[in-house]
Amino acid sequence: MVSGGTPNHGGDPNTPLCILSYLAGLTWFLLLPALAPRTYLSENAMGSTMVGESSELGARALARGVRGHKRSGGMPVGWLEQTMFQLGLEVHVQPFSRTLPFPDEAHERYVLGELGNWGSQFPQARCTGPYWSVLVRTGPYWSVLVSPQLPVSPGQVYWAKDLIFLVTEHDLLGTQAWLEAYHDVNLTDMRSGGVPGRAGAIQAALALELSSDVVTSVDVAVEGLNGQLPNLDLLNLFHSFCLKSGLLCTFQGKLPPPEGPSGPGYAQSLRTLGLMVLGQAGGGGAHGLFLRFRIEALTLRGINSFRQHKFDLGVLGRTLEGMFRKLNNLLERLHQSYFLYLLPSLARFVSIGSYAPALALLLLVLARGGLLWLVPPVLVSWGAGTALYLLPVRGQAVAAQHFPVGEAEAVVLALIGIYVAGMALPHSTHRALSGGGQRGWMSLKLVALLALALLLSCLALLNFSLGFLLGVTLVPPAAAVRPGGNRLPLAVLLVLTTPGLSLFLAVLLERELLEAPAGLGEAWQRFLGALGQGLLQEHLHGLSPLLCLGAYPCWLLLWNVLFWK
Amino acid sequence: MAAALLLLLLLAAAGPGPGRADAGRERRDALREELLLSPLPTGDVAATFQFRTRWDADLQRGAVSHYRLFPKALGRLVAALGVRELHLALTQGFWRTRYWGQPPLQAPAGAELWVWFQPTVTDVDKAWKELSNILSGIFCASLNFIDSTNTVIPTASFKPLGLANGTDHHLLRYAVLPREVVCTENLTPWKKLLPCGSKAGLAVLLKAERLFHSSYHSQAVHIRPICRDASCLALSWELRQTLTVVFDFFSSGQGKKDWSLFKMFSRTLTDTCPLASQSKVYVDISPKNKEKELLEVSPPPTSVHEAIVQGDRRTYAVYDLLSPSLFNTSRSLNVQLKWKRPQDSSEMPIPTLHAQRYVGGYGLQTGEICTLIYNTHPYRAFPVILLETVPWYLRLYVHTLTIITKGKENKPSYIHYQPAQDRSRPHLLEMLIQLPANSVTKITIQFERALLKWTEYPPDPNHGFYVGSSVLSALVPSVTAMKDMDVEQSPLFTSLFPSSDGSSYFVRLYTEPLLVNLPTPDFSMPYNVICLTCTVVAVCYGSFYNLLTRTFHVEEPSRGGVAKRLANVIRKFRGVPPL
Repeated sequence: MVSGGTPNHGGDPNTPLCILSYLAGLTWFLLLPALAPRTYLSENAMGSTMVGESSELGARALARGVRGHKRSGGMPVGWLEQTMFQLGLEVHVQPFSRTLPFPDEAHERYVLGELGNWGSQFPQARCTGPYWSVLVRTGPYWSVLVSPQLPVSPGQVYWAKDLIFLVTEHDLLGTQAWLEAYHDVNLTDMRSGGVPGRAGAIQAALALELSSDVVTSVDVAVEGLNGQLPNLDLLNLFHSFCLKSGLLCTFQGKLPPPEGPSGPGYAQSLRTLGLMVLGQAGGGGAHGLFLRFRIEALTLRGINSFRQHKFDLGVLGRTLEGMFRKLNNLLERLHQSYFLYLLPSLARFVSIGSYAPALALLLLVLARGGLLWLVPPVLVSWGAGTALYLLPVRGQAVAAQHFPVGEAEAVVLALIGIYVAGMALPHSTHRALSGGGQRGWMSLKLVALLALALLLSCLALLNFSLGFLLGVTLVPPAAAVRPGGNRLPLAVLLVLTTPGLSLFLAVLLERELLEAPAGLGEAWQRFLGALGQGLLQEHLHGLSPLLCLGAYPCWLLLWNVLFWK
Repeated sequence: MAAALLLLLLLAAAGPGPGRADAGRERRDALREELLLSPLPTGDVAATFQFRTRWDADLQRGAVSHYRLFPKALGRLVAALGVRELHLALTQGFWRTRYWGQPPLQAPAGAELWVWFQPTVTDVDKAWKELSNILSGIFCASLNFIDSTNTVIPTASFKPLGLANGTDHHLLRYAVLPREVVCTENLTPWKKLLPCGSKAGLAVLLKAERLFHSSYHSQAVHIRPICRDASCLALSWELRQTLTVVFDFFSSGQGKKDWSLFKMFSRTLTDTCPLASQSKVYVDISPKNKEKELLEVSPPPTSVHEAIVQGDRRTYAVYDLLSPSLFNTSRSLNVQLKWKRPQDSSEMPIPTLHAQRYVGGYGLQTGEICTLIYNTHPYRAFPVILLETVPWYLRLYVHTLTIITKGKENKPSYIHYQPAQDRSRPHLLEMLIQLPANSVTKITIQFERALLKWTEYPPDPNHGFYVGSSVLSALVPSVTAMKDMDVEQSPLFTSLFPSSDGSSYFVRLYTEPLLVNLPTPDFSMPYNVICLTCTVVAVCYGSFYNLLTRTFHVEEPSRGGVAKRLANVIRKFRGVPPL
């Protein structure tokens, strides 16, 4: 795993950590269903109680008439056209063709795109409102779902939308052809006549897959092509209207798990989550094409099982009507919107913030082999700096007990002791620092140089003099340091430029500039005095521990580089 | 009809009350009202009201102080601001030309205002601003939002409809507010301008509850100077108030396509406005296929009028409300229309000129405005003037303008383009395009969506950004030759646009307004950043700063307990130093 690692250790010390990290990632994922919060109430879904659908009129499902056409003659275009026209819709038939890569597969079929002129009741919307399209795609036979109040009810002037019912043949191909023609773009080499009827920009789409005119439940699918997901608000909206109309809604074919923490509930949530993960990884439903055109879309599948309680399409129609009416602006910019999520049930969701750590833990295994070895040397260096900063003052009482020195001297001597001990770190910790292989020192030096550059540039902004002095001393060894070869001159250079020695030299320099040169002994006394004074001032006034926590660790990193094994 | 008018005038002159001088003044203004009911090919029905107040006085001279039929609010406005011609339309909905045929008078969705000022007006922009503000007050509409960002000066599309000496287009201002919603509050002041209000005459049908329960509602006010008589030596002022409404048979007709006044307006006509010199109801009963009549009207009309309207020979059943025989048999008039046989979709006539506009492309960066103009005339080509006004936040790329007819590029013979300026001026594009016979012309221009300032975005529950309709003006060659008619005698709905000659007629069409989404930043992100930054500053920087700037003082030794203080007080009295 570690390239050029230390073979003589008889096993990678990272291996248990890697295994642990991997298992933690898996566990995190398995815990997701239990940790998922209840879904939020979006502003769209909040309005579900404010919409009164004209339920007394009931929906009309015009499925029966087409039974005769069942599959035999393809799509009953004429019948659909006639029926829809009689319902007061604008009907357009649009042919399209597409040459497929296999020979003799040029299709010449029809798209029946059609514009509900409901908007014309609230005419502003007729051409300027936001629009919805409903894709009706059915299994064994063709049906037209007509939402409740369209034909008979006396005028719903509140409709500010146009509805488009789209019935296509070769469903995905037809949908793609219609979408391309509608947006007046040509992405695939689809040939089609232009769309004769248009509304405005489509805001949301629902793909309906119905195979009978009664349903026991409705299953909703969210996964689009390439795992693209619609805005979670749309799903919430559907869910809230499901609850309102009493329609039995399932997700991934699973009933909602029982409320409250329980074993079976967790198991069911986990199964649902697993199904969604598999579905998203495999890529999705009929609505996926809409998502590619930035249209939020869902697929609703009518399920007709052996369950006793059946719903007619009126209930579904009312649900859809309510959704369309409450659908305002899915992208609520001042509110949260989720595009990246996993669903353990319709009522709960796992956002990216929750599931990302699972993958992050898995990735950690990979990262340990590559870059993670840089962490110990950096930690050790900064740890030494922290020790230098904290220990002398904290430990002065202990030092005074055990050594025959006064408290003030103990502090200063402890400081020097720790400082010098730090220089021995490369020897005592080389096992932890030896990751990264032969050329690992380059990475380590890179980190050291970056940290030093950052430190010096920030310091120069606040205190140019200090920054400049440190720069003058630290830059040459930092640039020159490298392991191997003759280490002695470099080591001498490094030692000479260590911040502590720099301070000592600064004391000498100061005396020199004062034209009162001091001998070494006097300078040493002054140096100790400056250290003690510095410590005292820092303790009293809280000066920034710049040298301890900034310059010294950087220098230690360079020291490590020099003694790289 | 002329005889009846004369009779009425004589009666008015000989009536009791005002003296001779008043009678002379009275004769100088007149009100004509009419209602046109036209069944549309889709089964819907359109009702067009027109009220014309004509006044033989010169408003501009300023000498007018006595107003009778002409509304004083508008008259004084015209006089004070130097308005030569004013056209205001408030519309809810979109006239679907392709399915409903050519309207007598179309208007774009929202509010449209265009005004010609007198050449004497020095500061046109100031007068325009003032005018839109006053009109906003009169009609309770948001016309005060008309400013430089939506006002344009068209060079070719809008010519004066009334008398005019020269057409210096700098005296013209045109603005559309596509987002304006029209409702009862706009209808009420409009009705108050009528001499009889909504108390009598045709205006009793204007019941807001029904008018706004419709597919299309458009109310307009047109003021223009016209010739007083055929010799045209003096000036008269004409105020036309028009209202067009389309009733949807699915929503209003309970699924049946039979119409009556009562079904449409939930009122019937009972009496006439006593101030009106003409009051008529026209019903379009023209047979669609030459021989077969489709419609049956009852009660039997007073007369039948034949006219050539917009290139088509049309037959109208006329009910003259002023003729005494009409209200003899029953107290009210409830015109009923019955279809003799069901319609089907195949026999919808397609108008000679119609257009479609949409936004092409997807995504939030670029897009394309596409306009399709259809000329379905079998053998005549004709030119059309296209006026496109695009708000500044759609940045048009003029080099991408393409006009394609029948697969070939079509070069416009006149082009006027004024680029937009951010936050101050919209794009204006005017083109004269020749439409070959039986062709579709596709005009595309690409645009880029601008990023707005954060205060310019509408609140979350918005539709998007509106782009006003583009305007098509054309002289469409007519299939049937038209006769020159006396303007004063012909029905009102034929006479607003002057027809130049017998072979063509003027059409002004408005395309669909557009709705575009602009890229909206995620405004929750700045919110998060602000929260985070505030926390970091408060917690980290605050404590750090505190640490850096805090000064330390040596704490004063405490002054001891109560006993010690007491002892000190006693010692003070004794003159001994305190403890």
